[in-house]
Amino acid sequence: MDGLQIIGKRIPKRDAPQKVTGSAVYIQDLKIPGMLYGKILYSKYPHARILKLDTSKAEKLPGVRAVVTATDIPATFRIGVMKDNPPLKTGKVLSTRDEIVAIAATTPEIAEEALSLIDVEYEELPGIFDPLEAMKEGAPLIHEEMKSNVLKMPWKLVCGDVEAAKKESAFIVEDTFSTPWVTHCCLGTSGCIAQFDTNNNLTMYSNTQIPSLAQNDYIDALAAFGLKNKRVRIVQSVIGGGFGSKLDTYAYEYIAILLARKTRKPVKIIFSREEEFFATSPRQCTITKISHGCDKEGKLTFREIDMILDNGAYTSWGATTPSVMMMPISSLYKVPNIKYVAKCVYTNNTYSQAMRGYGNPQATFAIESSLDQLAEKAGIDPYELRLKNANEPGEITPQHFKITSCGMKECIDEVVKRLNWKEKKGKGGNRGVGMASLIHVGGGARVYKSDGCGTIIKMDDFGKVDVFTGSTDIGQGSETIIAQIVAEVLGISIDDVNVVNNDTDVCPWDVGAHASRTTFVAGNSALGAAKKIKAQILEVAAKLLEEDPASLDIKNGVVFSTKNNEKNTPLGKALRKLHYTAGGKMLMAEYFYDPANENFDKEFKGNLSVSYAYGAHGVEVEVDKETGQVKILNYIAAHDVGKAINPLLLEGQIYGGGLQGIGYALGEKMIYEKGRLMNGNFLDYKMPTAKDVPPVQAVIIESDEQDGPFGAKGIGEPGLVPTAPAIANAIYDAVGVRIKDLPITPEKILKALKEKEGSTK
Amino acid sequence: MKKIMLTLKINGDKYEIITYPNRTLLEILRDDLLLTGTKESCGEGACGACTVLLDGLPVRSCLLLATEVKNKEITTIEGLAKGEKLDPVQESFIEHHAIQCGFCSPGMILTAHSLLNHNPAPTEEEIRFAISGNVCRCTGYAKIVEAVKALSKRGRE
Repeated sequence: MDGLQIIGKRIPKRDAPQKVTGSAVYIQDLKIPGMLYGKILYSKYPHARILKLDTSKAEKLPGVRAVVTATDIPATFRIGVMKDNPPLKTGKVLSTRDEIVAIAATTPEIAEEALSLIDVEYEELPGIFDPLEAMKEGAPLIHEEMKSNVLKMPWKLVCGDVEAAKKESAFIVEDTFSTPWVTHCCLGTSGCIAQFDTNNNLTMYSNTQIPSLAQNDYIDALAAFGLKNKRVRIVQSVIGGGFGSKLDTYAYEYIAILLARKTRKPVKIIFSREEEFFATSPRQCTITKISHGCDKEGKLTFREIDMILDNGAYTSWGATTPSVMMMPISSLYKVPNIKYVAKCVYTNNTYSQAMRGYGNPQATFAIESSLDQLAEKAGIDPYELRLKNANEPGEITPQHFKITSCGMKECIDEVVKRLNWKEKKGKGGNRGVGMASLIHVGGGARVYKSDGCGTIIKMDDFGKVDVFTGSTDIGQGSETIIAQIVAEVLGISIDDVNVVNNDTDVCPWDVGAHASRTTFVAGNSALGAAKKIKAQILEVAAKLLEEDPASLDIKNGVVFSTKNNEKNTPLGKALRKLHYTAGGKMLMAEYFYDPANENFDKEFKGNLSVSYAYGAHGVEVEVDKETGQVKILNYIAAHDVGKAINPLLLEGQIYGGGLQGIGYALGEKMIYEKGRLMNGNFLDYKMPTAKDVPPVQAVIIESDEQDGPFGAKGIGEPGLVPTAPAIANAIYDAVGVRIKDLPITPEKILKALKEKEGSTK
Repeated sequence: MKKIMLTLKINGDKYEIITYPNRTLLEILRDDLLLTGTKESCGEGACGACTVLLDGLPVRSCLLLATEVKNKEITTIEGLAKGEKLDPVQESFIEHHAIQCGFCSPGMILTAHSLLNHNPAPTEEEIRFAISGNVCRCTGYAKIVEAVKALSKRGRE
């Protein structure tokens, strides 16, 4: 695409000046006159009956303004994807994050002290913390009314005939892989401020990733609380990290609403780091049994996967991640025959949410690790096996995905070239190379009935524009991308574009910052609105310049005739003329973009996304056989992004995702013992620091997606999808042991090395 | 507990504060003085988000009592720019996209600023060591290291 002025440029993030000076206002920083502070009492036990609850002492503490318990909400009110979660619990508690009482007080310290005065008597019940135990016949039921601990979400994808394909396969491998609970670790913890006006309309100051859907949730809640037909406004503060953690509404938000209503004051709840660890919803652990095969030439014949996911005590979007896991299973490579069954199982653990990748990292770990096993069995270089089966533009996959642009082979080739794969593979000396590929949704994802996003553009008197977008910036930089798109179309400076993206009173509807969809969907929406308003501008200017609109264009804020440059007018002048003329009008345009993707049908088939993002990661490691330590010597992350609208920001997504992936591969794990989190702090939960970063090369492949804004596809999540299997494969190449349970700790490597030595003696 | 009066020097300004002696510098900065650029993320000295400079050296304001810093020069992120002119570290962080959600940025920038003051030409290893106590979840640190490295080179020129 020639002649682009702003698209493709390395433009720094527009909110960076506020963030470097400390003037950006996060939910933590916000104070409202009269505001009270809310705190929550959680269950002492992972599974217990509440025998007695006495809040009278807490109520009498000076400074306490309200106490709420389950009696303050209708007994039938539930939140969450399966409506299985009352925001305040009574009778039975099912996890250590179960909310029992909440306090509003004049200071956080008083609220905290009041919690210590609450008297709860429990009868501890035996808990179930292992999904396999929970599935056994006769296991105690977590939710008695559900009759089973297996969720009624029967995830099943069947394509072709797996049994027949097995018989025809020359090589088959089978193994089991597992992944741990890991958490988002947003530096800014969860929080909100709930405030009612005198008419009981609610304003929620929030750091949600889903303003429009949260608005809907709160309206439903208000109705259930007896406040029908009320307005809800959501004002998003600057968000201190999302990564999927804020894709749902949670109990603490409803508690803030209850406390605000009871006290008639704004009530703020901010999570401590400890709460952020144990009371937010992390990426769930999985057990994946996988087998797949290929013919003599290495063409994949089938893939069969059985997966168990720990859902925890209640249900959020974590339970729906198998829908996305189906994508790498069915459509990363060309595999004609597929069978995938996944079960989400209730336990007395914390409950799961999506986290960057939405299940894809767990599934890809199993697929890409075992693909290397298959390559070894078939005697084919893992790189050749991947290339041979790689997807291509024009393919329609067994799950009915229509592959438009696809730079998978180019990504694999970049990895091979940059790692010097052919020289380094299988050379021993405790050094090894490994790779893994990825597919992710790159053109929205029709998870809900709509995958849409709205944009409104308004022009002022001076040729500057205000863009109101439904999309949410969680730090990734969508504000900047949207400004670039609008500035490019309108031929104005990016400094003349103001983006408003944090207030449901003025911003249009959007389904949220998820599924790597914002650049694609919100970008296309902004593109549509910008084109619409440009047409209006040219029409106005055409009258002014006595020209045909078709022969006009805008550059540097000036409308000019492409036939005669002398004929021109600054944008602001044309607009003022429009406003100051009798019978004048204002210029405003709206556009709603809903991609032409499909919901899955009953068989979980359908074109989930308009386009798919592909990529490949390659890694060279050195393993210390004495200590089990893994050192990453070189890391290549090659991504097919369609078109890099802003390479600077895009690299940020790749580096950031990549390091989260490295943390997932080598260190991070929430250690739960009988439902209690043992390492819920930054000292014991091993998140990578600056010293843990290997040399990473971010490689951008542009495949020019036909439906993307200026050719772009999503890149928010892909960066961490193939990291863990690439590292596991490299470790195997280096020292011949395959670690099938994340994270790959030195202890596991040493144990595997010892077992290997034992077996060869 | 009896309240005490203390005088703090912050960003060149003097503040007289009446408060309880058990309050941390972080609480005074954020709650009493509304200098909310200093962030709290863990409250136990593990993440570095609350970093401020004490006589030019980075400290964790969540671990310090306000009474401990009475006679020291305190610099918070609000005090780093000279009027409208940003500090070179702030400029470099913007230019190199060393910021995503921005929650770690104030602490990270102050730590980098102090490093460069004491060691104008740090190596990459020295940079990584210096900022290893400041946790960032978004950036993968790559662009943060680039932003500081860019200034290191300038320092040598």
